[in-house]
Amino acid sequence: MEHITLLIGIVIVTALVFDFTNGFHDTANAMATTISTGALRPKTAVAMSAVLNLVGAFLSVEVAKTISGGIIDESAGIRPEVIFAGLVGAIVWNLVTWLAGLPSSSSHALFGGLIGATVVSVGTGGVHGDAVVMKVLIPAVAAPFVAGLAAMAATRLTYRLTRGRDEADTAKGYRAGQIASAALVSLAHGTNDAQKTMGVITLALITGGVVAPHADPPLWVIASAGLAIALGTYLGGWRIIRTMGKGITDIQPPQGFAAQTSAAATILASSHLGFALSTTQVCSGSVMGSGLGRKGGVVRWSTAGRMVLAWGLTLPAAGAVAAGAAFLTKQGSWGVAAVAILGLGVCGAIWAASRRKPIDHSNVNDGPAAEPVGVVTAALKTVSPPPAGSVTAQATAADAAEASAPAARTKAATATTR
Amino acid sequence: MSIDWAALGQVFGVTLAVTVGIVGLFTVGIVGTSRRPAVEGDAAAATAPGTGARTTAVAAFALCAAAVAYGIYLIVAA
Repeated sequence: MEHITLLIGIVIVTALVFDFTNGFHDTANAMATTISTGALRPKTAVAMSAVLNLVGAFLSVEVAKTISGGIIDESAGIRPEVIFAGLVGAIVWNLVTWLAGLPSSSSHALFGGLIGATVVSVGTGGVHGDAVVMKVLIPAVAAPFVAGLAAMAATRLTYRLTRGRDEADTAKGYRAGQIASAALVSLAHGTNDAQKTMGVITLALITGGVVAPHADPPLWVIASAGLAIALGTYLGGWRIIRTMGKGITDIQPPQGFAAQTSAAATILASSHLGFALSTTQVCSGSVMGSGLGRKGGVVRWSTAGRMVLAWGLTLPAAGAVAAGAAFLTKQGSWGVAAVAILGLGVCGAIWAASRRKPIDHSNVNDGPAAEPVGVVTAALKTVSPPPAGSVTAQATAADAAEASAPAARTKAATATTR
Repeated sequence: MSIDWAALGQVFGVTLAVTVGIVGLFTVGIVGTSRRPAVEGDAAAATAPGTGARTTAVAAFALCAAAVAYGIYLIVAA
């Protein structure tokens, strides 16, 4: 490996850092509802997701052919500096949204970063506007509707079918089903997202002449990318998990099962019928759909609104950071060093800010602070019946802490009689 | 630039059918294995499910398991 220059080494490390942030950012997609309904204990859930992500990374031999899926013209001169700047933009945005506890798409952050860096270093000609609309905009807009409607219909159906049954009797079955769906989402995530990092590293190695063009990634690339995403997943983006599992709507076991199944079905159907939809948007949409599907279920629209705002900002914000980084890296070696130091500084500052109000596996199921009633929420409240058997945050947190299944069952029984 | 409405519609249709189908089947399984609700005015408490309900439930769960297996196949074969 003596051919690996310092710059390519930096790109590889940065790519692995991005992979790591991708992992803990997207844990919520697979595990948020599983944790909030108490189907799995928080630590168990993230451990399972991490293992499945690692397995997924090794499963698929199909290497991401283009790191950007044709959004940027990679032949126009994608140099290691450009990849580096793009990755820095994506990492910074991932950390900002994590601090705010908002689920945003890691892929969109990566695309945005690469677009911003390319525009600065090559010009607008290096970006394919059509592809941006086709691969980012439409999938992101369509995803919540497809997954949300499916989850809503499924939630309605399952509540109708189990009408009159004791919730304590059915909850265990729902939780088992939910774990299976969550496992599928985790596995699909590992095969998809670890591939992206492998693609980035392989491209950097090819530009450095370390491996031949069109070569498969070396085993150490596959292993390190898989490990980085698994480690990130295991550490868990607890802030985002709380928003997805508790912040958008209060999720009961039947809803969790319907939402998770809808997410798994949407991800698999869309990626195999040739119209890939964004995973983050699919999972958030299915949670909202399940909230709407339960009679008396309430979707907190101000939280949902903040989330949608973050989705809209992801591409331009990551692009803007990357553009600034690309401008610096153009100045030469000191510019690259400056970007690396600034990037580390920003990451450190965000981490320090997160320690002020830490959220981890112990308090992930505590409800969000009471929010002011928004216009939409108030309007919907007037037309919807009162929640049926709403579980308090405290009860569910205690529920999640229960280790054994029989204990969880009695807990569920007390929750229904409340 | 043209949006592939046919593909999007297909994705929507398949997603809706698969989600509702699996959730429905799984619910049938849950209903089949859980205790029957007590009848209004009946002295007896909730009763255990009968053999017929149990058989239906097992078949429903088996179909769900097959769907999960197919999902894993799709991920691995991709």
